[in-house]
Amino acid sequence: MWQALTSADFSRQYFFGFAIEVEPRTGGAFAVRAPDGSLHIDGKVIACDPLRKLTVTWNVTWPGLVDKLGQTLVTYEIEQAGDAVRLTMTESHERVLDADILSGGRAGWPAILSSLKSLLETGRPLTVKMEPPQRMLAALKKCGIQTPG
Amino acid sequence: MSKPQFVYVIYIRTTAQKLWDALIDPAMNQKYWFGAHQESDWKTGSSWKIVFPDGRVADAGEIMEVDPSKRLVIKWRNEFSPELKAEGYSRCTIEIEPADGAVKLTVTHVLDGDGTKFIEAISGGWPVILSNLKSLIETGDIAVVPIKK
Repeated sequence: MWQALTSADFSRQYFFGFAIEVEPRTGGAFAVRAPDGSLHIDGKVIACDPLRKLTVTWNVTWPGLVDKLGQTLVTYEIEQAGDAVRLTMTESHERVLDADILSGGRAGWPAILSSLKSLLETGRPLTVKMEPPQRMLAALKKCGIQTPG
Repeated sequence: MSKPQFVYVIYIRTTAQKLWDALIDPAMNQKYWFGAHQESDWKTGSSWKIVFPDGRVADAGEIMEVDPSKRLVIKWRNEFSPELKAEGYSRCTIEIEPADGAVKLTVTHVLDGDGTKFIEAISGGWPVILSNLKSLIETGDIAVVPIKK
């Protein structure tokens, strides 16, 4: 599970082609690259306890986003549960954000984590497609954040 | 403040029909639902219950809406824990939508009245049940060792 969460080759398979790049130590660099190689998420490792816990800042690189919305934190926690592991993924925000803005994470994470589970258990990820929700893009635009397209 | 509620979204590589069958078939239930199973004739207005392997009734209520392979709404009250039963009825909505070679399963569970213990309890149970359900459908076996009741 740790390898799947921290390796670009693994993440490309379950994360819609996105590559996770992480230096697994506190203060290390963290990035998520889009399938075309561009930087999509820029961050830093806040806490790293290999095989157990990883906390990173998870800032989408769209211009103005961090200024307007504050920073995003993503934490993964892994616990043994019998023959399996329990993965708890938490997305938290520095500021209170409305449901339209949070809709992106709420739509994306379940598909990503479901695909991760399929990949680890069957060797094949899911083929679910995902686009940023229109309501999120509209809400970001309204705040003055430049979104792609 | 909004009411405490539980929402879980999971994508499973299967068809809506197969997922529906796994949701309502008692023999399938026993494999992924801590050995428990549901009893109902799955018609609007019919009684519904979850029965532990030892025959005790875990939860009981009524089918409020049923649209096979798509949607199920259950009026649901805990029956085995006086503390949880005291919080009264809840509403559990189960929705199935096709999603690119997989299906999206959404479970939304809301307490009718006030209280936090029931939602806390089901928040511990549903992720294990739904993870097991996904593993069972995709691999033929559950991944998590059942919790002993």
